[in-house]
Amino acid sequence: MQMPTPDATVLSRKDQIVRQLQSVLPPDAVISHPEETRAYECDALTAYRCVPLCVVLPSSTQEVSDVLKICHSQGIPVVPRGAGTSLAGGALPTADSVILGVARLNDVLETDYDNRIIRVQSGRTNLSVTGAVEDEDFFYAPDPSSQLACAIAGNIAMNSGGAHCLKYGVTTNNLLGVTMVLMDGTVVEIGGAHLDAPGLDLLGVICGSEGQLGVVTEATLRILRKPEGARPVLIGFDSNEVAGKCVSDIIRAGILPVAIEFMDRPCIRATEAFAHPGYPDCEALLIIEVEGSDSEIAAQLGLIREIAMRHKPVELRESGSEEESARIWLGRKSAFGAMGQISDYMCLDGTIPVSSLPLVLRRIGEISDQYGLDVANVFHAGDGNMHPLILYDANKPGDLELCEQMGADILRLCVEAGGCLTGEHGVGVEKRDLMFAQFTSEDLEAQLRLKDVFDPKWLLNPAKVFPLSATESRRRA
Amino acid sequence: MMEPADESQLAEAVAAAVGPLCIKGGGTRPVGGRIEGETLSTAAIKGITLYDPGALTVVVRAGTPLAEIEELLAAEGQRLAFEPMDHRLLMGTKGTSTIGGVVAANVSGPRRIQVGACRDSLIGVRFVDGRGTIIKSGGRVMKNVTGYDLVKLMAGSYGTLGVISEVAFKVLPAPEATASVVIHGLGDDAAVRAMARALSEPYDVSGAAHVPDGQNTLLRLEGFAESVSYRAGKLAAALSDFGDVEIVEDREEVAEQWRNMRNVAAFADSKGDVWRLSVKPSDAPAVVARLDAHDVIYDWGGGLIWALVAAGTDLRPLLQVPGHATLVRASAATRAGVATFQPEPAPLAAISAGLRAQFDPRGILNKGMMG
Repeated sequence: MQMPTPDATVLSRKDQIVRQLQSVLPPDAVISHPEETRAYECDALTAYRCVPLCVVLPSSTQEVSDVLKICHSQGIPVVPRGAGTSLAGGALPTADSVILGVARLNDVLETDYDNRIIRVQSGRTNLSVTGAVEDEDFFYAPDPSSQLACAIAGNIAMNSGGAHCLKYGVTTNNLLGVTMVLMDGTVVEIGGAHLDAPGLDLLGVICGSEGQLGVVTEATLRILRKPEGARPVLIGFDSNEVAGKCVSDIIRAGILPVAIEFMDRPCIRATEAFAHPGYPDCEALLIIEVEGSDSEIAAQLGLIREIAMRHKPVELRESGSEEESARIWLGRKSAFGAMGQISDYMCLDGTIPVSSLPLVLRRIGEISDQYGLDVANVFHAGDGNMHPLILYDANKPGDLELCEQMGADILRLCVEAGGCLTGEHGVGVEKRDLMFAQFTSEDLEAQLRLKDVFDPKWLLNPAKVFPLSATESRRRA
Repeated sequence: MMEPADESQLAEAVAAAVGPLCIKGGGTRPVGGRIEGETLSTAAIKGITLYDPGALTVVVRAGTPLAEIEELLAAEGQRLAFEPMDHRLLMGTKGTSTIGGVVAANVSGPRRIQVGACRDSLIGVRFVDGRGTIIKSGGRVMKNVTGYDLVKLMAGSYGTLGVISEVAFKVLPAPEATASVVIHGLGDDAAVRAMARALSEPYDVSGAAHVPDGQNTLLRLEGFAESVSYRAGKLAAALSDFGDVEIVEDREEVAEQWRNMRNVAAFADSKGDVWRLSVKPSDAPAVVARLDAHDVIYDWGGGLIWALVAAGTDLRPLLQVPGHATLVRASAATRAGVATFQPEPAPLAAISAGLRAQFDPRGILNKGMMG
């Protein structure tokens, strides 16, 4: 993968830049020794690495502003970093960039149950937001699989989703306000505990902008009362097509489960071998979770059972207890670990219209045969957000490249089927060069113009989201 | 008046424009008063592009009447979850509301607190910018983080960044049953506290409003019949210490209550200006006390205040808490002295102006509408 040539002037001035950053930050908040900066050379997309110029770990919005002013005045690129869990290379450094990590910004600033909001610093982890309010039986809804580690800052940058967004929405639907520092150091407040912006919906644009418009230091988030209870049902089918039809029928019947998860046979077998959840050996597995009181859950599961039975499932197992629920979820939650156990893998997250599911799965099978690499599919079926895992051998020369080409073909297929390149992981560097598969140059130009307004010098999180060819003239300006 | 028949004609019309354009959908929501320039209507760019009930998605052209979309969805037991308000009663307008207008004004109803605003249901948009270029963002799938979210930017931009030609929504199942839990006799403070408690219970309240005139506090529940009945009982019990609690289960009556709430029917045929204030719910009663309003309605658990005040009153100096105020209905005399939208702080105003300059460099789209 191509990255821009680092700015030689910036590289040569490293010592001076570090001293300037040290002048506005505590001594331990500037990391410049190559042995220590190496820890920041990549995120969860480990195939690509680059040691940054240096790393700063500010503890306040003011410190973030001071850092950005220095970088802005001297034309130094800045890569904002949450917890470094991006699967798309969203926090991949360039050699001439300052990594701005928000890890030390992790306080809860305000919890307000009357107004059902929490205000946190952006380095706080996703799960710990719920942790801060669960004693009062509240929770923060977006639940990316990495929620134990990932930071709210990264969730906002990528507009992260999760398994339960069919009912509760993704980050953008649960974000009410931010404190953000622009590249020139200006601190802006957008939104808050009140709903909907008075002017243009800048909050909506910032969410999902992959750290390219500003550095979010604080966030006001919507919190919700936990449901009385939740229980899953597991349904096995001997065909992907029938499983897809069952999902569609459930949705058309007016039932809105909080989660509908789908696993195909390679994934079922791998998780069974890894975590022994007791899954049936079948072609397709659905895990459907509903919420409410015991009687409400029973009623919804009854309707789902009735619909599923029409499609002749090979197995249907309703959870009757916490233990059974945990067992049903066990395999799904360990799916990625299970695949990691048997092979290196690349995880895609293209979204498709649910109705195209059988067609897309069939085509993915054909692409897999063509490239000679196996694919396991696990995904959020209610919203069409696929997660094909392509298995490859990182030690075999050429295998990563082959895997990437195959991934690109699968993502192009998602777009052709009426979907998109990424449903929740973000574009980062991983899908950057595929953007023309989904957008015309006019579509992309409109996005670049938006970036021009927030970051006219194009210093924030460079070389991400857009094909380098589309941004070259701006980055050189 | 120009009325292009499709998106490419729309693009040609904008590209060829030599002066300002006043963008018009159905003309039912003249928020912002008169806009100078030649009228460009999207009413002829209409029709359903795609409806996939099993995927909960619908794609429609901008000029499609809202009523036609609602009818289409209802036939499949689905609906636009954000419950767009019909402004005609309040504004005294006629005509046919179009979906493009709904999106341009980000129109949302009482269910805003549960399922989000119009912008939260919007998953894709096609529009023509001020240069006459056709641009798309988002698509027809409900999870999509590919590129910047111009979808959100277009919702509520009142035609100042581009002329919307097509929109895509996530839709939701319409409920089998509804009920209102009504508390009688509460003052504003107690009503807002009661709504806060209701929204903090695990019963999926989909509307929380208070009408001081008559002292009725309404909480809406929706879903499968047994579930609604169960939750209504639990919610009524949880709120019993606030006062007399009544459960209304008659479908028509509940529908009318919330239709009236959504459309601010209480202010129809009234004299005076109408404002819409968005604040933190617990701040609402103190704000209302400062307004010297003829009448108010609280929606969104208190977070949305509709205020009917004497013509010419500027409510913004009275807000005094974080939030914003929009002048929705006013005489020409009021509009001459009071801005429609809350002025933004300088750095945000600069960003907004920068965005308008990028998307509409000639400044011809609904000029002056948003600043």
